[in-house]
Amino acid sequence: MKHSIRIAVGPVQFRIGSDWAEPIAALERLYHGYPQDDTRPADATVRLFAARPWRRWVRPSVHIGGDFVVPDALPLPLSMGLLAAEMGMNLQVALGWRRHMLLHASAVARGGRALIMSGESGSGKSTLAALLGEGDWRLMGDEFVLIEPMGGDALAFPRAVSLKNEAIAAVAAQVDAARLGPLMAGTPKGDIRHLIPRADAIAAMHKPARPALLLFPRFGGEAAIEPMGEGEAFVRLTEASTNYVALGEAGFAALTRLVRETPAFGISYPDSATGIALVEQLWAEAAK
Amino acid sequence: MSAVQTFVDLLADRRDAVALAPRDWDGVIGVARSEAMLATLAHRLDGADLPPTVAALFADQRAAAAVAQKQALWEAEMARRALAPVGIEFVLLKGAAYAAAGMVCAAGRQIGDLDILVLAADICRAENALLNAGWEWVKSDPYDDFYYREHMHELPPLIHKSRDRMIDVHHTILPRTHRITPDALALVSDAVVSTDGFAVLNPADMACHCAAHMLADGDLQGGLRNLWDFHLMTRDFAATDPRFWEQLDARARLHGLQDAVQRAARLSRDMYGAVLPAGWNGQAANDRWFRERLFARDDWGRVTRPLLEQAFYIRSHWLRMPPTMLAQHLWTKWRKR
Repeated sequence: MKHSIRIAVGPVQFRIGSDWAEPIAALERLYHGYPQDDTRPADATVRLFAARPWRRWVRPSVHIGGDFVVPDALPLPLSMGLLAAEMGMNLQVALGWRRHMLLHASAVARGGRALIMSGESGSGKSTLAALLGEGDWRLMGDEFVLIEPMGGDALAFPRAVSLKNEAIAAVAAQVDAARLGPLMAGTPKGDIRHLIPRADAIAAMHKPARPALLLFPRFGGEAAIEPMGEGEAFVRLTEASTNYVALGEAGFAALTRLVRETPAFGISYPDSATGIALVEQLWAEAAK
Repeated sequence: MSAVQTFVDLLADRRDAVALAPRDWDGVIGVARSEAMLATLAHRLDGADLPPTVAALFADQRAAAAVAQKQALWEAEMARRALAPVGIEFVLLKGAAYAAAGMVCAAGRQIGDLDILVLAADICRAENALLNAGWEWVKSDPYDDFYYREHMHELPPLIHKSRDRMIDVHHTILPRTHRITPDALALVSDAVVSTDGFAVLNPADMACHCAAHMLADGDLQGGLRNLWDFHLMTRDFAATDPRFWEQLDARARLHGLQDAVQRAARLSRDMYGAVLPAGWNGQAANDRWFRERLFARDDWGRVTRPLLEQAFYIRSHWLRMPPTMLAQHLWTKWRKR
């Protein structure tokens, strides 16, 4: 393809091709500080393309392709090319990666132990991870956590954090503007702005961490903590995993072990400060 | 050299994996994924000296394919448990059959839906038994439903409501309206029992079906994979039975599939280096278009020849139904857009 870039996030090497220069330039800025091995073959391919040649210039619209595609996925305007790239990368991992059990969750680590947060979009798991990652936690990722089927360790997937709507201002207030991507307003997922993880989080992206605490956050409502049984955590995580079924017995064993060995809680919180306080409280009291 | 050419050469063992530059793998892996053959390649190159990250990716693929195959055979077992109590026997087709029979081409082969063949007389009872056992209709469009029932070689696809897996129940191997009418009764009555206890087509019929599916019915999407199946199965069948090619010729005649089978043999020779017996080794000028269609992928895994792709799509419809019916079908489909 005319423009392309190679990006390694955690264990996955991507190559991303595009009919336009802009999305690649934006990716170059976001992923500039990531380790780069130019000779490493790509595990996954993403293509950003115009469905018809003239749509490169006339009302340019970006279709998301690659090794795996979602039929009938709607294209995005070129101004949201970065979002298209992010969606394409997520899709390849969600549908193609088999080495680890994938959990659609955010995670941070401290002292070699991981806190995993799983929830629907809007639960605030990305925002909490981003804010914790600005403190004395290592950001492991805001989209996927990878669980090693044999050993049970969590591996990081620290792509650029996708901040949405109110979270943008909350995080922007705390970080250097150079670590923020362009604001994409009015996307199908709301306003979006990317945050480049801290350099130490990127440098440590291959370091595994032992799962120590599982949280299922819910944004809104009174501050509350609810212990969660193994069964419920298990079922919720099967729904949060994109490859649980495909992994067969290995997936079942990995997930069973995760919920048996890791204490789980549901938390509700009215604002980020309260959320972070609850996280720290549970980490001090309950984390293994 | 293009990635798809390298990919085919690696499968055919015309090229040594060690000789590839690290970045050549980008295109090879991309093409293999586009053809749903990455795990097949991973098996083919098991033990080869590969860059470490490629070796790791291939190990993932082999492990994932083994799980997927187990799940596919479990699905076949589920169908057996649904159909056996009402006395319906079925023949496994395609990927699940290759896996059940432990064939070489099953190694790493992707298996999509479960394809089974039953006697035409059993088709209604088979549908009822499956509906009772938890499968549901997928197509909600009345025209599509009508079209399947009236003109196709299979029931409208059914999906299992809790396992989310599709089953295609065939009563023959080409659409009813196709110019060619294979002998479906002979396919079922001459089936053999596989090592796994499931009925599968006998070797010659299996090769006939593979060729029919690739060249008489489809538009050559997934052609490299179907051709790879054909190549490996004919090679292995011929190695255990010296009269295999004669039998294949006889069965192809019975089913009216000589052209498709002979073309598949020539293409497997041209693409994968198959060694053919005397009498099969001809040339046909228009094979060229098939080879070009099979090679029409760029290093990013995209189909490169849209007009050729379109031509093969039209050809598949042209073979599938008579012209007036095709016109009616396209008109109905167009109005529904």
